[in-house]
Amino acid sequence: MTKAQTQFLLLIVGAAVLLLLPVMSGNYTLRLATIMMMYATLAMAWNFIGGFTGYPSFGIAAFFGLGAYAGAVVQARGVPVVLAWAFAIVIGSLFAYALGLILLRLRGHAFAIATLVIAEVLRELTNGMTDLTGGGMGLNLPFFGWGPDALGRFFFYAMFALAAITLATTYIVAHSRLGFGLNCIKQNEDAADIVGINTTRYKIIAFTLSGGFAAAAGGLYASWTGYIEPSDVYDILFSIKPILMVLLGGMGTIFGPALGAVVFLVLDEIVWRNFLQLHTGILGLLIVILILFLPAGVLSFDWRALLKKKVSAT
Amino acid sequence: MTKPLLNVTNLTSGYGDIQVLWGIDFDIAEGEAVCLVGSNGAGKSTLLRTLSGLLPARTGEIQFRGESIANDTPKHILSAGIVHVPEGRRLFGPMSVIDNLLTGAYLRSDKAAIRQDLEQMMELFPILAERRHQAAGTLSGGEQQMCAIARGIMSRPKLLMIDELSLGLAPKVVDSLGEALRRIQQQGLSMLLVEQDVVTAFELTTRGIVLDSGRVKIIGPTSELSENPMVQQAYMGLM
Repeated sequence: MTKAQTQFLLLIVGAAVLLLLPVMSGNYTLRLATIMMMYATLAMAWNFIGGFTGYPSFGIAAFFGLGAYAGAVVQARGVPVVLAWAFAIVIGSLFAYALGLILLRLRGHAFAIATLVIAEVLRELTNGMTDLTGGGMGLNLPFFGWGPDALGRFFFYAMFALAAITLATTYIVAHSRLGFGLNCIKQNEDAADIVGINTTRYKIIAFTLSGGFAAAAGGLYASWTGYIEPSDVYDILFSIKPILMVLLGGMGTIFGPALGAVVFLVLDEIVWRNFLQLHTGILGLLIVILILFLPAGVLSFDWRALLKKKVSAT
Repeated sequence: MTKPLLNVTNLTSGYGDIQVLWGIDFDIAEGEAVCLVGSNGAGKSTLLRTLSGLLPARTGEIQFRGESIANDTPKHILSAGIVHVPEGRRLFGPMSVIDNLLTGAYLRSDKAAIRQDLEQMMELFPILAERRHQAAGTLSGGEQQMCAIARGIMSRPKLLMIDELSLGLAPKVVDSLGEALRRIQQQGLSMLLVEQDVVTAFELTTRGIVLDSGRVKIIGPTSELSENPMVQQAYMGLM
C-alpha cells in the first residue's frame, strides 16, 4: 500500500468513527468532537495562506469573528440558519479578498503584524455598532426550540460537513496548478514571478479561501452557542491555536492541519483533566517538545520505521 | 534592414523617488548576442527588471517582435518570449533540479515537448543530469547558475536575459557556462547578457552596450569596444 492509500484508508475509518459518534456516545463527547472539527476547519483555513503559501497570517480570529457576527446579525433578524451561514461565508470571503489586495503587498513580519491588528479593529467596530451588533452586551440568537440532544447532533453534522468540505478543498488545491503555484511562492516569490506565476492573484485566492472557511466556522459557532460577544469571537486565541495545530500536524500538507487539531485538543483535554492548576503551562511544554522533535509535524513521523526497528530488535 | 527582435526607445525607470534609467535606446536583432556592461549602480539590473515587467516603465517604449510590451505583466512578457535569469539565481531551494526546470515550463502545456526540452537541458548541462533529484538549494554556485539558465530556456524564449552570469563563480565554471551559452546561441536564441567582467562579456557577445549612470554611453561591436581606450581604461583595467 502506498502512503497516499494508507492515508485515504485512515481518513475513511476516521470519518466512519466520527459519524457513528452521535449513535454511540453522550453529549459531552459529541460536543468535544464538534469543537475538534471546528478547530480542524480553522487550522485548514490557515493552512491555505500559512502552510501552502508561507504567509504568516494571524488573521483567523478576524474572519472567525466576522463570520460569527455576519451570520448572527442576519439570523437575529429572521434569516434561516443555513442562509445565514452562506451570508457569513460571502462576507468573510469578500472581506478577505479586499484585505488581501492591500495586505499581501507586505511580507514576513510586516504581514503578520498587519493581520494581527485586523481582529482588534473589528472587535472595536463591533463594540461600537451597538444598534446592529448589540455592542459589548453581546448578541442573542433565536432559540431553535429543540432539546439538547437534537441540537448537539444537528451542529455535529453541520460541523462535520464543513470540515469535510474544507478538507476536500484542501485536497483539490494541493493537486492543482494553484497549489503548485502557492508552493513556488512559498519557496521563492521572486522566482515564482519570473517563471510566470501570477503571484498576486494566487496569494489573494489563498487568503480568500482562508477567510471564507474561517468565517463559515464562525457562522456555525454563533448559531451553535446561541450567544456571542466581541471579546469571545475575536479572541486572539482563535488566530494562534490554528497555527499551533498546523505546526503540530504538518505545514502545507493535506491531512496535517486536521490531525494537528485532534492532537492539540486531545492533549489539551488530557492535561486539563490531570493538572487542573498547571494545565496551560504543561500543555505549552508538551507542544514545544513535540515541535522540537517533529518540526515537520506529527504527519512526518515514520510509524513503520519505528515498528520495523522494534521487530528487528526482538 | 530587418525588423529588430527587441527595440527600446527613450526608456526611463526607477524605484520610488529615485530615477535610475534616463532615456535608454537600443535594439537587439534576431539571433544576436548583446552584452550590457557598466559599473555598479549604472542601471543594468534595473534595465533587465524593466524589460521583464518586474518594474514599471515610466516613459518610453519597448517593442518586442513588433508589439509593445512596456508595462505588461511578467507573465505576459514571458509568454511573449523574454525570459529573465535574475541575479542571485532565485531558484526554488527545497525543490529538486528537475522540478525547478519544470517550473520554467509553467506556462507551457505541450507535455511531450517539455520532456524533450528537459532531456536537452540535461545534455547541455551534464552536471544537472547527475544532480537531477537533488534539492536545488544544495547545489554549488555554478551548478545553481546552470540550473537557473536551464530553467529560463525551458520556457522556450526568443530572448534570454542573464543578470550577472559570472558573479562569484570560479573561472573554470565561467568557461563551461560560456561554452553552453555559445551552443544555445547557435540554435538561434538571442541573448542579453549583463556581466561585470567585461573581458568575458566581450568574448561571449558580438555587440556591447556601455551603460553609465542610467544612460547609454557607447554602443558598438564588441571587437571595436575592446579597442576603445575609454572602455579599456574604465572597465577592462588596462592602460
